[in-house]
Amino acid sequence: MSSPRTKLETAPWAGRTRKYDLIKEGVAALVIVSILVVALSTLFGSPDEKQVTFKDWAVAAPVDFYATTVQELAGSSGSGGYGPPYNNASVGVNLGPLHIAKLMGVTHPVDTVNDFVITPLTTVSNTAPVAAALKQWQSSDSKTQSMWATNYDTALSKANQDATKVATGNYGPVPDLASGLLTMAQAGSLDGALLSQGNYFQSDNTKQTLFLGDGNYLNDRSTAEHLQGSTWGMMNETGRYPGQAWLWLYSFWYQIPPFNNADSHPFGANADPWILAIMGLLTVGLVCIPLIPGLRSLPYKIPIHRLVWKNYYREENL
Amino acid sequence: MWTSRLRQSWQKNLPVEKLLPDTQPAYVSSWIYIFGVATLAALGVIIGSGLVLAFEGASWYHYSSVGHFVNSLHYWSVQFFFVFMVVHLWGKFWMAAWRGRRLLTWITGALAFVASIGTAFTGYLIQSNFDSQWISFEAKDGFNSMGIGSRFNVTNFGQMLLMHVAFLPVILGVITVIHVLMVRAKGVVPPIDAFNQELGERK
Repeated sequence: MSSPRTKLETAPWAGRTRKYDLIKEGVAALVIVSILVVALSTLFGSPDEKQVTFKDWAVAAPVDFYATTVQELAGSSGSGGYGPPYNNASVGVNLGPLHIAKLMGVTHPVDTVNDFVITPLTTVSNTAPVAAALKQWQSSDSKTQSMWATNYDTALSKANQDATKVATGNYGPVPDLASGLLTMAQAGSLDGALLSQGNYFQSDNTKQTLFLGDGNYLNDRSTAEHLQGSTWGMMNETGRYPGQAWLWLYSFWYQIPPFNNADSHPFGANADPWILAIMGLLTVGLVCIPLIPGLRSLPYKIPIHRLVWKNYYREENL
Repeated sequence: MWTSRLRQSWQKNLPVEKLLPDTQPAYVSSWIYIFGVATLAALGVIIGSGLVLAFEGASWYHYSSVGHFVNSLHYWSVQFFFVFMVVHLWGKFWMAAWRGRRLLTWITGALAFVASIGTAFTGYLIQSNFDSQWISFEAKDGFNSMGIGSRFNVTNFGQMLLMHVAFLPVILGVITVIHVLMVRAKGVVPPIDAFNQELGERK
């Protein structure tokens, strides 16, 4: 049963009307908006900060690149220990009792040792020490490989990533492999090798992006551009442009406790799933506003509509 | 036959007088009504500039000054689109525009807003510049944490390109068409106090 008010609001309008041309209004709007868009495009252009290549990284920050390569071999990088959907090194984050990422499984397998280091090295002509190191690595069992890489990763870390100050130890071919990949990256050969992985057609940049993000170079660049999550990063972009301002509410949650503290359990350490869950609920709330008691009554309690229809109310003496 | 029933329903609910009216209720004379049509106009510029970018390829705008200008048109039309849409959304909220059996009009409008965010986000991922590198690296953690990343991989340029130029625009387009047709079929919601006298209520 409809209320009398709903019946009136549903029925075709029987009151006063005004002349109206929908097509004229649409064309006028298109012209005006086009002029505004052309004006701002001419005045301000659009952001296009050049992409970071592995050559850029290896040339500008060779120490960081070298140390990251060692971490990839040892499995201690961010990607090496990520978990699903890339590998089973960890269970990933959780939403209370739910480990959703683990449930979905490994759908984009990433083997940081072979995908990031060994396979790319096999695609180029290497110097004699690197070729010998590659041969030694490939003829060894995984336990020995892991032992060498972990030993060197630990030693390099103790030496503050300065390879010249690393104490003598049982590192096998790891230093030569890292040097070989650094040389390859500095020559500009690594970008293509990481993307192609032996194929001709390829459009998936997952492996490049993960490797690039494991180092400090990309991170430092984004910090300088104010793009970190702690500084509303997801809605910002390079330069003085508005960015994705419509993501403000999503970015907002990362700025406040407990989500802005990664050491805070359970929420801060699992901020991503919790914030996405909150945003999911808020999105459902937005769609369902007309069905939510209290919220749907706000337009009646705060009469902004009097401002919207002030001419009509005045003319009708309402 | 369902096809003839569909035709009859269309004729009944959306005759040309409703689809392309030559009169509107007198209350449709507020500045707030500009923002609905302005949102559609900005969407038109987005589609036009996007088609040119799609035809020339994903890297064109990096090396061509004309390409960069078209990219700027695409960029600023998206910015205007969101500004207009958000004002339109807030306006419709304060007008309680879901009244008079217009619930689905509100729902399709809100869904269009959500689909627009997804479409714009994938656009940021396919810029093939520093922004898209960083945004894809950062965003992957959120999507992976909810298992979405297992199917919707933000670091896969090819997938995001197709999402942005095909999948999401089709979804947004369909929702927008339904939304606009519902506005035409149901008419613009009357003022909240329009029927106070008939109902014997005070404002």
